[in-house]
Amino acid sequence: MTAVAGVWRNLPLKAKVGAVLFGVFVLAAIIGPQVAPYDPSYANPDPSLLMAHPSAQHLLGTTQTGQDVLSQLLVGIRLTIELALLVGVIAGILSVAVGVTSAFLGGVWDEFLSLVSNVFLVIPALPLLILLLGYLSGKGQLPTIIVLSVLGWPWGARVIRAQTLTIRNRDFVAAARESGEKSWRIITLDIIPNEISLIAANFVNTVLYAIGASVALAFVGLTDLNSWSLGTILYWAESQQALSLGAWWWFVPPGLAVALIGTSLVLLNTGIDELGSPRLRASRGAAKIAGHRIWATDPTPVLAQLTAGRNRVGAFVHSFSRESLLDETPAGGELR
Amino acid sequence: MSPILDISDLSVVYRTTGGDVRAVEKVNLTLSPGEVVGLCGESGSGKSTLAYGATRLLRPPALVTSGNVRYSGRRLTHGGHPVDLLAMSHRELHEMRWREVAIVFQSAMNALNPVLRVQDQLLDAVTAHLRLPRHEAREKAASLLDLVGISRNRLRSYPHELSGGMRQRVMIAMALAADPEVVIMDEPTTALDVVVQRDILAQIVELKERLDFAILFITHDLSLLLELADRIAVMYAGRLLETGTAHDIMREPAHPYTRGLLNSFPSLRGARRELAGIPGSPPDLRDPGPGCPFIPRCKHAIDACSDVDMSLAPWGAPVIGDPASVTHLTACPIVTPQVSQEGVLS
Repeated sequence: MTAVAGVWRNLPLKAKVGAVLFGVFVLAAIIGPQVAPYDPSYANPDPSLLMAHPSAQHLLGTTQTGQDVLSQLLVGIRLTIELALLVGVIAGILSVAVGVTSAFLGGVWDEFLSLVSNVFLVIPALPLLILLLGYLSGKGQLPTIIVLSVLGWPWGARVIRAQTLTIRNRDFVAAARESGEKSWRIITLDIIPNEISLIAANFVNTVLYAIGASVALAFVGLTDLNSWSLGTILYWAESQQALSLGAWWWFVPPGLAVALIGTSLVLLNTGIDELGSPRLRASRGAAKIAGHRIWATDPTPVLAQLTAGRNRVGAFVHSFSRESLLDETPAGGELR
Repeated sequence: MSPILDISDLSVVYRTTGGDVRAVEKVNLTLSPGEVVGLCGESGSGKSTLAYGATRLLRPPALVTSGNVRYSGRRLTHGGHPVDLLAMSHRELHEMRWREVAIVFQSAMNALNPVLRVQDQLLDAVTAHLRLPRHEAREKAASLLDLVGISRNRLRSYPHELSGGMRQRVMIAMALAADPEVVIMDEPTTALDVVVQRDILAQIVELKERLDFAILFITHDLSLLLELADRIAVMYAGRLLETGTAHDIMREPAHPYTRGLLNSFPSLRGARRELAGIPGSPPDLRDPGPGCPFIPRCKHAIDACSDVDMSLAPWGAPVIGDPASVTHLTACPIVTPQVSQEGVLS
């Protein structure tokens, strides 16, 4: 428990904010359908509840057909997060497998696997997605997950291949090979642990891509429109003129949810990046010493200068303060 | 002769969340023109922090908490007064660096940029600090390689195409680009084998004679300093324990720590003897105890040691005449020559 607390304390602020934000959405995905006040698909026939403003009964108002927006949101987050995480895992495994093996084996295998990932990179993703899902829509989430995973791995594979190439030539890998370790042991024990932060950042990035792509595809109607996800809520809101009728409570909450999930993932990603290479953190930003900001490129600060270095206005103001009574030379003079 | 670099009362701390690490504590050290002063101590004793703190090269969380570093070079005439490096602004320091005080960094492998040719790196230093026109700068770079005995056709080599010794020579040539008066050498020969090490040291001495600069030579190898340095300062846990000429240190080391160091390598002549290391490890610099920091490892420690104020005082015969002529100073008032002769010490 203390180890977890220690890790948490050392996380960059960005990663903390991102993790908390993403955690809120994961929580919503887990308990959302249980705590949703209504059935999201239930169209209340009461005419006063058609496109009603937010109220105590319907915290986020209702849709054109009298459905509860909050319930749709709570149910929809689960589907979107589920899909994105699945895509992240599948594409992540694919990119690690392809990237590490192609760099580690080298030669013909490297050529072949690089060729495959390059081909996948140049496939125009959006038209292909629209075409494929146009055929496969109405078959649930599975086609979306498969298509997004298949198109989402090559970026990660290239990055991981490059990193593996540099690690493969380090001395400790050579030592492991000389001592007769099997390739799979070298890969799993020497190489992958050294790029875990890269793999994590790549996973987070893929999840982000999956959320963006799946919401966009659902928004244009290329998904199973009978299920509730953030994208389908937006699809229905758009197709039933929520925007032109001014029903902000219908499209703002799902849009905001997508934006916040995206923000949290970006923060997590850059935070993981800094965690993996502390040099990024050290070279950025200034240290605070004796109340002064010192940059890494500044000369070594000298304490006497820092305390004496108030400007004239500062010294003037300081001369009125109670601390100035402790100064040996009055009014912020040479030395304290 | 008045010193060219006068470090007095210098303290440097590293501000950490666990408290200040007092890496250098009230150190006094002078460097005369044309002199080689060796700074010797084990890893973490503050040798490099002292040199880089005095030249304001340390990054945060380092902080200079007290002291003066007076520099009085021939070219830098502020009305004949020495300038205080610790009071200089960023721009003044930039003017001063390389032209007045240059540094040869530890491990040439890391200090040279692997993707730039040697020529470009020399040109960087030359153009940044001398502001020569392009063709003159080229000629200067070539003559710098001549200086350290590397053929001119190596100008277009990349660092990985040079041997370790050559890379170290390039670093030395680069430091000498602007004809500095003080050169700080931070373990310039540590990663090299003894033969190359000897070549380079001979070259350093020769260059020093020719170009007349003073050297502050940082190393953990006391045996090397005994041969190279005019004066030696022994550092331990951020404090200077002893300074003296190489002869003083070799013939009659005053501080028990110096004796320990000298006992830890074999001498060429004389009877065979058992080599002895110094047991124990250095203290935590966040919270050094009172008095001498060497107490826990010292064979001769007595209760009075924790009242020692660690200022350097003359060792040996009582001073007759000019007290400034005394070269052999020690921070240990307990072990006097008398005590030493009575056989308390081996």
